[in-house]
Amino acid sequence: MAAGTGSGRTISSTFAPVRNYLLAPSWLVIGIFLLVPVLLMLVYSFLTKEFRGGVIWEFSLAAYDQFLFDRGLFGDDPPKIEWAYITIFARSIVQATGATILCLLIGFPTAYYIATRPTKTRAVWLFLVTIPYWVNLLIRTVSMKFLIRDNGPLNDALMGIGLFDSPLQLINTNTAVQLGLFYSYLPFMVLPIYAALERYNFAFSEAASDLYAPKWTILRWILIPVVKPGIIAGCILVFVPSLGAFLAPDLLGGAKTFMIGSLIEEQFKGNAGNWPFGAAASMILLSMVLVVLMFYARAQARDQV
Amino acid sequence: MTAPAVALKNVRKDFGTFTALRDVSFDIADNEFFTLLGPSGCGKTTLLRMIAGFEETTAGAIFLYGDEIENLPPDKRPVNTVFQNYALFPHMNVADNIGFGLRMLRWSDADIAARVKQMVAMVKLDSFAHRMPSQLSGGQQQRVALARAMAPKPKVLLLDEPLSALDLKLRQEMRAELKELQRDTGITFIFVTHDQEEALSMSDRIAVMSAGEVQQIGTPSEIYEFPANRFVADFIGETNLLAATVQSVDEHRIDCVLAGGETITALANQPAAPGQTGYISIRPEQLTLTGSKPSGDSLPGTLDGAVYLGTDTQYTVTLAGDLRLTVRMQNSQTGAVPLQHGGPVHVSIADHAARFLVD
Amino acid sequence: MRSRFDIRHYSGFFAITCACLFILYAPLIVVMIYSFNDSLSITTWGGFSLRWYADVFTGPESEKFKLAAWNSLSIAVMAASVATVIATAAAIGMIRGGKFKGKSASFALISLPIMVPEIVTAVATLIFFSAIGFQLGTLSILVAHIVFCIPFAYLPIAARLQGIEASYEEAAQDLYAGRWPTFRYVLMPIMGPGIVSGFLLAFIISLDDFIITNFIKGAGVETLPTAIFGSVKQGIKPNIMALSTLMLVFSIALVTLSYFIGKRGADPDTTA
Repeated sequence: MAAGTGSGRTISSTFAPVRNYLLAPSWLVIGIFLLVPVLLMLVYSFLTKEFRGGVIWEFSLAAYDQFLFDRGLFGDDPPKIEWAYITIFARSIVQATGATILCLLIGFPTAYYIATRPTKTRAVWLFLVTIPYWVNLLIRTVSMKFLIRDNGPLNDALMGIGLFDSPLQLINTNTAVQLGLFYSYLPFMVLPIYAALERYNFAFSEAASDLYAPKWTILRWILIPVVKPGIIAGCILVFVPSLGAFLAPDLLGGAKTFMIGSLIEEQFKGNAGNWPFGAAASMILLSMVLVVLMFYARAQARDQV
Repeated sequence: MTAPAVALKNVRKDFGTFTALRDVSFDIADNEFFTLLGPSGCGKTTLLRMIAGFEETTAGAIFLYGDEIENLPPDKRPVNTVFQNYALFPHMNVADNIGFGLRMLRWSDADIAARVKQMVAMVKLDSFAHRMPSQLSGGQQQRVALARAMAPKPKVLLLDEPLSALDLKLRQEMRAELKELQRDTGITFIFVTHDQEEALSMSDRIAVMSAGEVQQIGTPSEIYEFPANRFVADFIGETNLLAATVQSVDEHRIDCVLAGGETITALANQPAAPGQTGYISIRPEQLTLTGSKPSGDSLPGTLDGAVYLGTDTQYTVTLAGDLRLTVRMQNSQTGAVPLQHGGPVHVSIADHAARFLVD
Repeated sequence: MRSRFDIRHYSGFFAITCACLFILYAPLIVVMIYSFNDSLSITTWGGFSLRWYADVFTGPESEKFKLAAWNSLSIAVMAASVATVIATAAAIGMIRGGKFKGKSASFALISLPIMVPEIVTAVATLIFFSAIGFQLGTLSILVAHIVFCIPFAYLPIAARLQGIEASYEEAAQDLYAGRWPTFRYVLMPIMGPGIVSGFLLAFIISLDDFIITNFIKGAGVETLPTAIFGSVKQGIKPNIMALSTLMLVFSIALVTLSYFIGKRGADPDTTA
């Protein structure tokens, strides 16, 4: 290892003596206003609820118990498994997985098509994909709601060309939420895959082709394995925010399409909420995300060897 | 008695478990064009960066004109560097680049302007003062880097492979220019390179380095003609290295026996004792090939191949004991001698050309 | 010139790309078109008109929108500025600070706001502020926005800094510049485009935020997203479409700006 041959690519340490001063503001701000709050949230999830919102400082497992068991109205029935919240979490996972798959199916070919354009037009295509990423998510979700509502433009168009006789009931369905998530996070899938494909050396494909591999075999066994880190990054970037999404299920869905985000939000609105329960649901969501991220970090570490 | 420009005392540098330099000590004199020569990874750039202040010493001390500079950061050391990739500030034009050091030293605007003008003229870039670095050719950028480093009148100028990014022709021109510049300004130059031709053509003295240690320090001719060891002989120029055993010693003249049984007389710059093993080093151009046995001493062998190189032809000869020799002869001489491939040949060694090296 | 044997070409990918862009743009374009609808109903087309744009600025809800817009913009400018300064310092510490213990922990902390789901950040922040008795309002929104803007500002700045060779700073130090002048005269100008991109990204992210703001805004304080969300709850009205279109145009203007800034300073090391 030629650590000190100094051709400019060694680890630079020009600001090493003042490193701690440079890093301290970010450590302090994020530490105090995010890390401490998350830890506090963990504590809250083990406290007793106060009926006007807020907590009483008494240890309790009630929040987690409520999540898993139904003990009747007065809490003294024999515990039964409470399916309501488990269903909401399961639905969230299914929705997020579905959105991720949809985004991948559309996003990969798009990223590939853009990456294989000549440099000049490539910038334009990329620009077109980037714009929606920068447009306010609320506005985009509202626009989607406007488009797919019962007597909205989409149904007008579908009935106009005679595909359906009566309006397609999309709004307030799981399909609408799925569509909304897919639409919300599609650019998150395209951009990292594009970045990986841009660095892909097409000489690999040519070599495979020279060695008698047909095109789709090249795609499956050469190209996709090489750009896999980009694909995984895209999947994470879609899956994680979809799992905790609030706007799409809230605006496009209804009571039957409830997801984790809406469940949590409900616990903190007005006086009817249950803070420990909301904190517990947040903790469960956070743990799920951390598991996914750890899986990602391990996959990445493996790829780098 | 003036102190040396740079004095290194037992300098050591570790990067974690890797030792880049081990116990390096030598002096560089005032006004000297001194070159650190070695293959990549030998520690030469690390040593230069330690003099500049970009790397700290693990042990030992560095003195600049008698003052220890170990505790000074780079911006407090009166030495300047010409970087390998020039590192011209991309957002400043030529004049601002050259004036940067002076601005940091708080020279007055008028003095800076005058000095920049002088430096721009020195490197013959008068009409380029307001160009941006990206608008210059590689050779021009090189000159700006040189002018920028020399503008603050450093006590020592450090050059980190400054010619490696240039093409061959420009590189050869710049060699002459650099040497001239050094002679005119009288500034001590410490030049790092892996190119032996560059080192031999410009330097007053060369330090040949390998694996974090100095192998030999000397003038170009000393290093070429009396290499201190096998590494130096092999690294500087081409040479034939033949394993040999000492037979008898007569001061610096040593008779050695080769694997095939032939005896060769060689010079040694280290004491040797009979029975000792080592290497005989002979430069290819010191050997002559003839078809018939010449009048003086010669070694018989078989011609294996010839490669035509324009001015020279390079022959490969196998001697008894399966020893291989490379012989290089000018084409004007060999034109008359038809040598047969696979045929018997005789190799004669020029007087005082063989060197005995302890491994 | 595409040959039949072009191994880069997969049939169908172009069609999917078009579908992708159609999906991304159709809802936005539909809303844009309907924002010019001269009709009280959002379902029927009543001819072209700018009345809903006038309504945004002078209508019954205009005061609410103006105040919300002012809150949104002022919070975004302040949050993005502070986050950019913090992120720039952090990027230099991380990328020019040499090897150090806790580097990956430090990176994990800086990227924490991106890793944690927004709704969880919202809950945690609300709990924290209520536990320490911090008054919910503009200031609480600002603090929360600074926190989650830091990684968004950090990423482009760090990416840019990674592409800058350390020899520029070494050259500056070699030419007698101390640490601060090295940053001020050499490093900052070269990493400038990265800093601007980081600021713009942080600015957009702050402007865009709904979930966290909604949790901790307290009574009476609205930003544009929370105001729009409140209106939309009662149904999409034409003035909301006009307002959305305005915000959309603003966003596109910002992307275009950042695109050109990024393009101008694309490669810091192409001095040759």
